[in-house]
Amino acid sequence: MALRDDTRRLAILLGPATLFLGICFLGPLAVMVVFSFLEPGLYGGVEWNFYHWNYGRILGWADGEWEDFDPVYAEIFLRSVRLALTTVLITLLICYPAALWVSGLSPRWRTSIVFLITLPFFVSLVVRLFAWVLILRPSGFLNSSLLGLGVISEPIDIIFTETAVLIGMAYVLLPFMFLPIYASVEKLDRSLAEASSDLGGSPRQTFLRVTLPLTLPGIAAGAVLVFIPSLGNFIVPDILGGAKVLMIGNLVEQQFLSARNWPFGAALSVMIMVVMFLLILVYLRRIGRAEANA
Amino acid sequence: MNGTDQPQNRTARPAAGDPSVPPIAEVREAVKRFAAPEGGAVTALDGISLKVQSREFVTLLGPSGCGKTTLLRAISGFEALDAGEVRIANQAMTGVPPHKRPVNTVFQNYALFPHLTVGDNVGYGLDVAGVPRRERNTRVGEALERIGLAGFERRKPNQLSGGQRQRVALARAIINRPKLLLLDEPLSALDRNLRQSMQLELKSLQHDLGICFLFVTHDQEEALTMSDQVVVLNRGRIEQIGPPETHYHRPATRFVAEFIGDGSLFSGRVEGPAEDPVLVTRDGLRFAVGHGAPVGRTATLLLRPEHLEAAPPSSDGQGALDAGLGVIDATLEQSVFLGSARKFVCRLVNGATLLATPTGAGAEALGAVEPGGSLRLAYRRDRPHLIPEVADVSEAQEGDDGA
Repeated sequence: MALRDDTRRLAILLGPATLFLGICFLGPLAVMVVFSFLEPGLYGGVEWNFYHWNYGRILGWADGEWEDFDPVYAEIFLRSVRLALTTVLITLLICYPAALWVSGLSPRWRTSIVFLITLPFFVSLVVRLFAWVLILRPSGFLNSSLLGLGVISEPIDIIFTETAVLIGMAYVLLPFMFLPIYASVEKLDRSLAEASSDLGGSPRQTFLRVTLPLTLPGIAAGAVLVFIPSLGNFIVPDILGGAKVLMIGNLVEQQFLSARNWPFGAALSVMIMVVMFLLILVYLRRIGRAEANA
Repeated sequence: MNGTDQPQNRTARPAAGDPSVPPIAEVREAVKRFAAPEGGAVTALDGISLKVQSREFVTLLGPSGCGKTTLLRAISGFEALDAGEVRIANQAMTGVPPHKRPVNTVFQNYALFPHLTVGDNVGYGLDVAGVPRRERNTRVGEALERIGLAGFERRKPNQLSGGQRQRVALARAIINRPKLLLLDEPLSALDRNLRQSMQLELKSLQHDLGICFLFVTHDQEEALTMSDQVVVLNRGRIEQIGPPETHYHRPATRFVAEFIGDGSLFSGRVEGPAEDPVLVTRDGLRFAVGHGAPVGRTATLLLRPEHLEAAPPSSDGQGALDAGLGVIDATLEQSVFLGSARKFVCRLVNGATLLATPTGAGAEALGAVEPGGSLRLAYRRDRPHLIPEVADVSEAQEGDDGA
């Protein structure tokens, strides 16, 4: 009796979510995986023949021809991973000290600052990125300020470079790193740092042996939350990278919208998902366990 | 010459509290103010001075907000004083950060590192000091054995009971062999039975280690059980320093008398004649007090429950005075069986409550009195303590000197 009640409760509570995810997430995902193994149609769409060279092409062998070997897609893939990891590093270096500082403030200040961190979400992403274009372009705010101050003698080329893309991605994803780190730093018991200090631990030892290990779950959550959207991101490289900095997200966009090669785009998307899935698996096994112990 | 030949001189070791030896820790005129949330400043420490001698167990006792934890944190280095100084082992500690002070703390909530095992928690102080692995492991094993948790090295703190965590926190704090161990209400989270056995254990641990304990508590029973010296704090000031017996039998102030032990207090004016002085309260109650009471001054009489006995049959007027007794007539409110004695809750004519636990002759007869009935109690006039009013202290002392 109790079991049946529990089952009904579960069905009522989780039914809508299951239905929604089933139709809107698993369905398209299945279409994507199936398409990635089909032959591209001439004007978009697919031919219903099994065709595994979509994946071969990512590694460099389009259509299985040796002579055509060209790792350009593999390079884009690796560059995307590198840029995503760098974004994680930049946001981490900015957010960790900031979170430590904010958690030491009085509760009223803390709340307002956390609100400020989320404030950019109120403005459209595209508008914010075009603001960065205005700042970074040769005649933009950055260059004119530096020129005016005499730091540089001629405008530096920053727009449409990897640097610009990194600045943009770090800026957009900063809150995703800050909030999980802040949550873990804030719940950290201050008396633990005091205990370490009391037992003779220098500030450095206290940080490395107590504060850092105990906030690792927050860092890991932030890293995953920043890495995933930056790996697949195509708006930031599109606007701030111009045509020069192509990331995997742009490639997928091109395949579907311009090149009309749906199966190849699908294969690229599946690759991104596999990489992310592996990453989350590692996260769950390692950090999830550490958090359960804490 | 013959000093070395003396067989087992037991007094060679300085006794606890020996003033000829420099103190292990000393606080001089400590002042600390905090900004109050509603504006203005709260004075947490208002000119506190105290000394902790070698091998002493000193307790800071007081209600919450009396400044005892602030004082502890000033000694461990987590609060900087606004004025005055802390000295440990004859070294000024002003500006010395907590991790360089030769003191360790047992925190109120234990503050065990949740990500480290019991062994790593206990060994933390040795690890940050860079003690070689082998010696470190030996000392961790010894410390765990001392507190009865041998073999628990690999457990995590969340796999321990409250009492076990308490012990781990203790082992972690003593492993660095501090000159002074600070304990911030370490027993408050334990249940009553565990707390009582830990009190005795702490006391014997302190004796075995031979280091000073400075123990903070708001529990008077804890303070009386364990301490060599008790420091009673109230509103950032010291009310009284001394051995626990003195606080109980001869409280210096009304606050100490109220805070420590049961008892009833009666304020009034001491009236003559000098050989038979009587304390007369504002509402006319009269209590016979001992010889030497300061006639003509205001004072407070402390009547402990155990001072009161059933009055002997011939205790009217002169008979009682001749026997050196004070007599009180009261109405019984309620009597409670305590096991070893019976506690009588009585009401005096002015409405004041009086507690009595008579054990001597006639105590059984009192047990037959119904609630609402009247009873007559007596005390030996020289037993209750008379506290001179604070405002009169200096004058009273001058008066004593003149006498």
